[in-house]
Amino acid sequence: MFTSFSLAGIEMPEHLERLREEVRAFLRAELEAGSYTREPSGWDRYDAAFSRKVAARGWIGMTWPRQYGGHERTSLERYVVTEELLAAGAPVRAHWLADRQFGPLLLTAGSEDQKRTYLPRIAAGECYVCVGMSEPDSGSDLASIRTRATKVEGGWRVTGRKVWTSYAHMAHLMNLFARTAPFDVKNRHEGVTQFIVDLDWPGITIKPIINLANDHDFNEVLFDDVFVPEDRVIGAVGNGWTQVSGELAHERAGSERWLNAYGVLVHLLDSVGTQPDRGSAEKIGRLVTHLWTLHRMSFSLAGLLNQGITPAVEAALVKDLGNQFDQDIPEAARQVLQEEDRVRLPEEDRFNEMLDRALLYAPSYPIRGGTREILRGIIARELGLR
Amino acid sequence: MSETQKLLTDSAGRIFTDLCTRDRLEAAEAGTWPEELWQALTDTGLTAAAVSEARGGAGAELADLCALARVAGYHAAPVPLIETWLAEHMLGAANLQPVGGALAVGPILRRDTLRLERRGGHWTITGELRCVPWARNAEAVVLAADADDGARTVVVRDAKTIVEGWNYAREPRDTLRLDRHRVSDDAVGAPNRGCGRAELFFRGALFRTQEMAGAMERVLELTVAYAKVRVQFGRVIGKFQAVQQQIASLASQVAAGSAVAQAAAEASSTALARFEIAAAKARIGEAVAVVAGVAHQVHAAMGFTHEHALHRSTRRLWAWRDEFGTETEWQAWVGTVAAQLGGEGLWPYIVAARKPDLGSPLP
Repeated sequence: MFTSFSLAGIEMPEHLERLREEVRAFLRAELEAGSYTREPSGWDRYDAAFSRKVAARGWIGMTWPRQYGGHERTSLERYVVTEELLAAGAPVRAHWLADRQFGPLLLTAGSEDQKRTYLPRIAAGECYVCVGMSEPDSGSDLASIRTRATKVEGGWRVTGRKVWTSYAHMAHLMNLFARTAPFDVKNRHEGVTQFIVDLDWPGITIKPIINLANDHDFNEVLFDDVFVPEDRVIGAVGNGWTQVSGELAHERAGSERWLNAYGVLVHLLDSVGTQPDRGSAEKIGRLVTHLWTLHRMSFSLAGLLNQGITPAVEAALVKDLGNQFDQDIPEAARQVLQEEDRVRLPEEDRFNEMLDRALLYAPSYPIRGGTREILRGIIARELGLR
Repeated sequence: MSETQKLLTDSAGRIFTDLCTRDRLEAAEAGTWPEELWQALTDTGLTAAAVSEARGGAGAELADLCALARVAGYHAAPVPLIETWLAEHMLGAANLQPVGGALAVGPILRRDTLRLERRGGHWTITGELRCVPWARNAEAVVLAADADDGARTVVVRDAKTIVEGWNYAREPRDTLRLDRHRVSDDAVGAPNRGCGRAELFFRGALFRTQEMAGAMERVLELTVAYAKVRVQFGRVIGKFQAVQQQIASLASQVAAGSAVAQAAAEASSTALARFEIAAAKARIGEAVAVVAGVAHQVHAAMGFTHEHALHRSTRRLWAWRDEFGTETEWQAWVGTVAAQLGGEGLWPYIVAARKPDLGSPLP
């Protein structure tokens, strides 16, 4: 029998249920204190004060060793905490990449000195990281990057141009991908090196790229002969591609892949009321069945990752389905509450703001973090078609 | 998967592999009762798996039955296995004698009703039931009927009028006409005791969902295998990106359907988890359009022939998504539950391991 998908259920131990309650109690208190509200941008908001509060609860660097400021908890515990924060639309974007990606990268590939320098600051909610991968001519095809790091005495000199770098204007560090050996068509994935770059170094210029929603999230980051000391190389020179590939399952399977437009569903339910007509109930119900499916799949994957299993294909499947869900929510919502209804909503009803944001951001979800086509290519490869 | 489950599914898998061959499936579609298959399932105790140990059965748990249903769906087994389990469950819940043999249940359609009346010192039952699976082959039909004093379980052994019908997969779906049909006292359960029609519907949806998950896995397997051998333009079609993208989207839908089916089975270990069942039947039903659509597109003309095995799974998926509630009916049910929960109430409900039982008795 065909058994390519290992998405079995996992027991929900009681301490995880208690942990969910703990996060909800924290969020309720913060909501009442006015430190955050559910906003159209959901969890995608930079709020250093809030990040520090999350850190104070021990919810950043949860799985990392104590010696680096971590809390030695399981990745299932981390999953539960992040899912609750995201579903509530808590502003956790500031520390997000540092916690999810950069910290784990340093733990597997970083030097002892790097771990001691950065991990405690990240876990304290005080050090934020952006990722410098994409370039004007290099999107899905990471191997084609042109930003060059040239070996010099004591380090490297970097020249090049990064684009679509989210929150570079607010982060402290960049996880930079640069070419350290010429492109070799036979070994496409070799010769790329990862560096830790301070964004306030001389020679770095950050310029906003305003997105179609008129928001400043993206940036262009220019490197003009920037000196990067030797101790800022992450892992082995030329090994950047291999180092990043190992992290992709973590990056793709999480609830951040399907909790971007969730605020629309929350407000839709409240605006529609307890007695929706049949057509509305169907459309809302369809979204809820997808929400349930995605929660279940992501949680199962977290269970596998917790056991040290890296389910690459399942992670790609979850991202593919999750991105679709983020697009389906605004599509369904605009059909349930049509323009005639929307303009007549009471002024204090925030549904329209939620819908505007989700609709305008919808195109971005199946692009960021691996395009739909790349993910489906990975799935096809795992099925043995490539 | 538990040790028991593995033993059960392995043993069922061997029987199905041997006895759900192409010739036998075709004979079943032509109207021949697959006696040898049914006998093998009976001999291994699988037909009586849902009967409690106290009543002489295997007393399998619901999760084990679900795992078995999935294997049966994968092999397109042309027998009323889940229907017999449903009937045995109704008999057990009403404390009526086990019947043994192949059984049917009803009503299947929500607008079909049965009237049980006490006249002149005996019971009679009246009503017309459509789409009753395997009524023609059943030893007895176990029915949920309405009497003056409430709902009662009724066993009908000798129904006179059975009009034969078929679903897309040419599985028997018969019309049963009962006109003041006389039923003996020991074939009628106590009022409002046992498994009523609403519970029957949810149980049926749970089992069909498992069969669908199995059938989808078969479709994915067949599609990947075909894309690896069919050569066009000098290479296997699975090497074309256009085909890869399509098969990946098929795989996503199969993974989603498979995950919710399993979630519904696990959540129902102690009591029927109605939300999980509703959401699973809706989600897997919705997945069928992509799963069957892509599979046939990849198989092209070959898959459209009677010769090829694909349609034995896809025709079942098309039939089964309509049975025990379509995806839109279940979506509406789930949507009504969500509306009751409200915006901020939805999330805690979704992630709770044990969900409060909400929602109307039937979709």
